[in-house]
Amino acid sequence: MILLTRKVEFSASHRYNNPDLSPEENRRIFGKCNNPHGHGHNYTLEVTVAGEPDPVTGMVLDLSELKKILEREVMQRMDHRHLNYEVPELAGQIPTCENVAKVIWQLLEPKITQGRLHRVRLYESPDLFADCYRNGAKEART
Amino acid sequence: MGTGAHIGALRIELGRRYRFAASHRLHSTQLSDAENGRLYGKCNNPHGHGHNYVVEISLSGDVDPATGMIANLADLDGFVEREILEAFDHRSLNEEVPAFRDKVPTTENLCVEIFQRLKSFSPARLERVRVEETTNNSFEYTADNLTDPTGVAVNSEGNTL
Repeated sequence: MILLTRKVEFSASHRYNNPDLSPEENRRIFGKCNNPHGHGHNYTLEVTVAGEPDPVTGMVLDLSELKKILEREVMQRMDHRHLNYEVPELAGQIPTCENVAKVIWQLLEPKITQGRLHRVRLYESPDLFADCYRNGAKEART
Repeated sequence: MGTGAHIGALRIELGRRYRFAASHRLHSTQLSDAENGRLYGKCNNPHGHGHNYVVEISLSGDVDPATGMIANLADLDGFVEREILEAFDHRSLNEEVPAFRDKVPTTENLCVEIFQRLKSFSPARLERVRVEETTNNSFEYTADNLTDPTGVAVNSEGNTL
């Protein structure tokens, strides 16, 4: 089995605030991520697809096809957007790295028909990231 | 497996990187000076040398719907600060970390030591510790090793060292 990874970068703003909690609790839990007008990151997304190379093309899937899927599903939805207000799939969720990675997984998985989605890794900064897998399909070492 | 996880369910892991600078000297008391020199080369130089280490940890667990988080970052950062950075940063691993009085402070052994110090973090489960000694060398130790009697470390390609 081959693991193939494509990387894209997007920039977006977000704010951590749970309307069920008091302003004081939000401030305590989320710190400066609770600032009322939000803030932004340069996100780096790594999408890994697992599969066997096609004997004719030598490819697990056509990278240009994956590039189009990422453009349509992720970049157009999230790049230069406010994740709290402009991404319906995140409505009602705190747009943490964990939740955004999970939404990206849910958007991409049904679209990847050659090979199968193996891992979504979303970096919010070089020092903070979330990985999303399906249980039972995880390679522990990356 | 995270709490309540089942096959086919989505699994989320949180990754966080930390940095510290420390000195070490590779020297085994079970080998002669000549053997140490041959085995460790310049890493055996008597007064030691240093690295800028990068520690990357991965945690699994349930995402709390109230916070969207597996672990509160401020809690995690505070825990790592106390357990790792205060103990290792700008120190001599050989002289100032008790675990390395009798154990060679290779980055393999450092991975295991960091894992042992961090594994009690709650509520998330520590899955993996990866340490970059330089940008070219990195080492990993995973929770799988806890059930492995040899407790071997693996390198970045997943090969047993």
